[in-house]
Amino acid sequence: MGGNKADVLQGTLDLMVLKTLESLGPLHGYGIARRIEQVSGETIQLNQGTIYPALLRLEQKGWIKSEWGMSETNRRARFYSLSRTGRKQMERATENWERVASTMARFLAQASSETN
Amino acid sequence: MDRIRILLSRCAALFRKKKLDARLDEELNAHVDLAVAENVRRGMTADEARTAALRAFGGVTQTRENYRVQRGLPWLEQIARDLRYGCRTLYRTPGFTTTAILVMALGIGANVAIFSIVRTVLLNPLPYRDPQQLVALYSHNSDAGKGHQFAPIDAGSFFEWKQAAQGTAEMALISPFQNYNVSAEGNQLPEKVDAAWVSANFFSTLGVQPTLGRSFSSFDDRPEAGATAILSHSFWKRRYGADPNVVGRNIWLDARPYTIIGVMPESLVFLGPFSSGKIQVWTPASHEASSFLMSTFEDHEFIAVARLAQGVTLPQLLGRLDPIQAQIKAQHPQTSVRSVTSGRSLLDDAVQDYKTPLYVLFAATGCVLLIACINVAGLLVARAAARRKEHAIRTALGGSRMRLVRERVMESMLLSTGGGLLGVMLAAAALRWLEHVRPDMRRVEGIHLDWTAVAFTAAVVILCAVFSGLISAFSVDSHRILAALQDGSRTQAGTRGRAGLRQGLLFFEISLTVVLLIGAGLLLKSYRHLRATNLGVPVHNVLMMQVGLPDERYKTAVEQVSFKERLIERVRAIPGVESAALVSTAPGQGWGGDRIVVVVEHPRLVKDAEIDMMVRGADPGYFAAMNIPIIKGRTFAGDEKLSKDHVILIGQQAARICFPGEDPIGKHLKITLTGDIYEIIGVVGDTLYSISDPVLPMMYMPIFGNGFSGVTIVLRSAHDVDVLAIPVEKLVSQLDRDLPVSGVMTLEESLAKATLGSQFDSMLVLGFAVIALVLAAVGHYGVLAYLVTQQTSEIGIRIALGAQRGQILRNILFDGIRPALAGIAAGLLVSAAAVRLIGSMLYETEPLDPGIFAAVAGVFLLVAVVACLMPAWRAARLDPVQALRSE
Repeated sequence: MGGNKADVLQGTLDLMVLKTLESLGPLHGYGIARRIEQVSGETIQLNQGTIYPALLRLEQKGWIKSEWGMSETNRRARFYSLSRTGRKQMERATENWERVASTMARFLAQASSETN
Repeated sequence: MDRIRILLSRCAALFRKKKLDARLDEELNAHVDLAVAENVRRGMTADEARTAALRAFGGVTQTRENYRVQRGLPWLEQIARDLRYGCRTLYRTPGFTTTAILVMALGIGANVAIFSIVRTVLLNPLPYRDPQQLVALYSHNSDAGKGHQFAPIDAGSFFEWKQAAQGTAEMALISPFQNYNVSAEGNQLPEKVDAAWVSANFFSTLGVQPTLGRSFSSFDDRPEAGATAILSHSFWKRRYGADPNVVGRNIWLDARPYTIIGVMPESLVFLGPFSSGKIQVWTPASHEASSFLMSTFEDHEFIAVARLAQGVTLPQLLGRLDPIQAQIKAQHPQTSVRSVTSGRSLLDDAVQDYKTPLYVLFAATGCVLLIACINVAGLLVARAAARRKEHAIRTALGGSRMRLVRERVMESMLLSTGGGLLGVMLAAAALRWLEHVRPDMRRVEGIHLDWTAVAFTAAVVILCAVFSGLISAFSVDSHRILAALQDGSRTQAGTRGRAGLRQGLLFFEISLTVVLLIGAGLLLKSYRHLRATNLGVPVHNVLMMQVGLPDERYKTAVEQVSFKERLIERVRAIPGVESAALVSTAPGQGWGGDRIVVVVEHPRLVKDAEIDMMVRGADPGYFAAMNIPIIKGRTFAGDEKLSKDHVILIGQQAARICFPGEDPIGKHLKITLTGDIYEIIGVVGDTLYSISDPVLPMMYMPIFGNGFSGVTIVLRSAHDVDVLAIPVEKLVSQLDRDLPVSGVMTLEESLAKATLGSQFDSMLVLGFAVIALVLAAVGHYGVLAYLVTQQTSEIGIRIALGAQRGQILRNILFDGIRPALAGIAAGLLVSAAAVRLIGSMLYETEPLDPGIFAAVAGVFLLVAVVACLMPAWRAARLDPVQALRSE
């Protein structure tokens, strides 16, 4: 994924947003934040506010689109949805991430078996 | 790709800030509302729900700030903020701002103007095809001094060169100092026009095509061909109203019909030191010049223009021509046959006379700009010092040092930009003025402010801004910045360093100014020498005008002489004319022709027996009319004309050279070219042929004979000689309505014109030097005044403890004058090296003129003392109680 590669968390957050939009379809910021909290359970302590600069960044890159819509409680809110390039990016990033994660998992597993 | 997208959307966001802010606010509100609603659904009270929602959200302000950073271009916004801040600070100190902008405007304006001139006059290529391949060729004798190496050539040598250069260069011939009388025709008055004889391949060598009609062919360029002429664009426009049907019509030149075969483009202006730059008519050389002139090695009436073949250099071409010329000299050992060839690029040929002066002016304006920058930097340093506490507080509160530097540079950027804008206006005005006062300068009409000049201005502005901004920024010492807060208001310590920097700048400024002043002094002295030069005749109330008699109408010598006699007789009868005479070329009006002579009575033993003598034709009354003293012998008798015209008077210089220790009267001179022998009947006082050149030996022959077809009428009047021009012109047109009168000018005007360049250069450099002097004095005053202010309490204490006021005055004065002394010394040293560069511009003035050096040092010392006296006096008059309380 483009952007700051050193900032793993930023990259992670971007991917989480994209994945959320892929599975749930168009969604407002609050919904995205809640979804990320729910899926990650207790492991991520997200300040919901941080989602907005991330959304803006993704939008600037052209990976997501946004438009005004009505929420389930009839509140006007801005809805984000995945663009075609966004989908491609997400697939590529997912692949990358899985590779890194599995490598890391294997590596860590081997390392821990040696210390035993 | 992503990067560009982000940048674009960020840029776009800059212009929709308000709307985007509103959108973000609404979005964030929606977020909180949605969260509250969900919390309420889960069973919280409204208050609890809201608190929980906000807690989960995190810092709203922080989010908003992060969002904005992501959205816009933070650095751009920062610059905009600095800009606003800078404007506000400058606006608060209008005096400082105005001064600084004016100083910058002066410096930048002068530089932009001179840059435009240098570019157009010296650097712009000539409007010909591949102009870098074009060279002008000359020749000279091996003993010719520097400055005389580019003398016109003889056609004889030219044709041998041309032969030898086949394959390496195409060579064409031009005689650019010809002229014709154009006869009255239609409603047009007769006029005399500058003209050039050219070989048939001249235009094709330059790569210029006529806009109308055709160019000369080798068929036209023969003695027996029909007479043809090509017109210049300006002449065609002026005299023929740009008539497209002019080709094929006749034009009467010197009372002979010529067929107009073409019109040249406007861009074709042949320049060079021997061209008037205003050639109106072009004619084929072989048709116009006598066959003698087209083959002799002894008469030098031409310039060669060559187009080098690809890969051939000028030294290579000269290397090929020099042996040819040496061979010619070996076969024809006469003095007037040349032995060495020389050449230079056609562009250099056109602008040679302006090169050094313009570069000197450019250097002078560069100095002024540098001084202006130093002054502005000095002012900024002083301000930085005054705002030391503000900076200290800001630094303490976490303001970055970079930020302070940026602000300084931004401030000086604003000042230089203001200065630049004003400067460009000044430059435009200066250029318009220049076109007015220096119409003689080559290519001056092409000068205007264009995009290159604008780019140059922008570059200068940025350079100035960075230069003065950085100097002032780095004068804020980061180590001491907190000390400023700690030591409260007792500020004696810590000011020395900054004052040191300003003194360093001052030293530099003073040195530059001294160099400028010395340059100006030398040029001025040279100009005054030039103007004070004694031409050999009184110059007040003398009017000159020229009349040329075409051979075609005045076919015989008798006709010509009788016309001249009638003319001068009737001019003398005009009321108000005190005296009048005829001469071929009046004093100070240029070369006017020369001949090589030998003394008949002296056996020809040494080579030096051949003497190059200036030749003038004069009527018997000329010497009396011009107040040229007849030292020995007599003037021409009334009957010494026509067949009895072989008598001469010679100048004193000629008498000294030809007849050392002898009486020249009754002796004879022989002109080697024709073999004619002339008897010397008198010796007269010397006159200068050119105001800036030394006396040359001269001889006068009767103008009533000897084949002089052009005459200059000189007339003297008790007062207002100008008003006599019209009666004389009327008289000439009564005698012959086709005869134009040209070059109507008083002798004084002609001298002013001849010294125009010198006057212009010296006045401009003097102007720049005075500006620099004022700036330096103000800067000097500023530094010392600042020092005194900073030391107020210290001085107060010293006075309170009993220091003598006189002692304090002396101390401060000495403090102030020390950098001035060092600056003057350095300036004098630099000048001693630099003045050599302007040596070629000086007339009878040594570059290392001790008087000028001493005067400049003296003037500067005086200015320095005056500049320092005020602050020193103020320091000495300090009331200690006031001084100590004021802090």
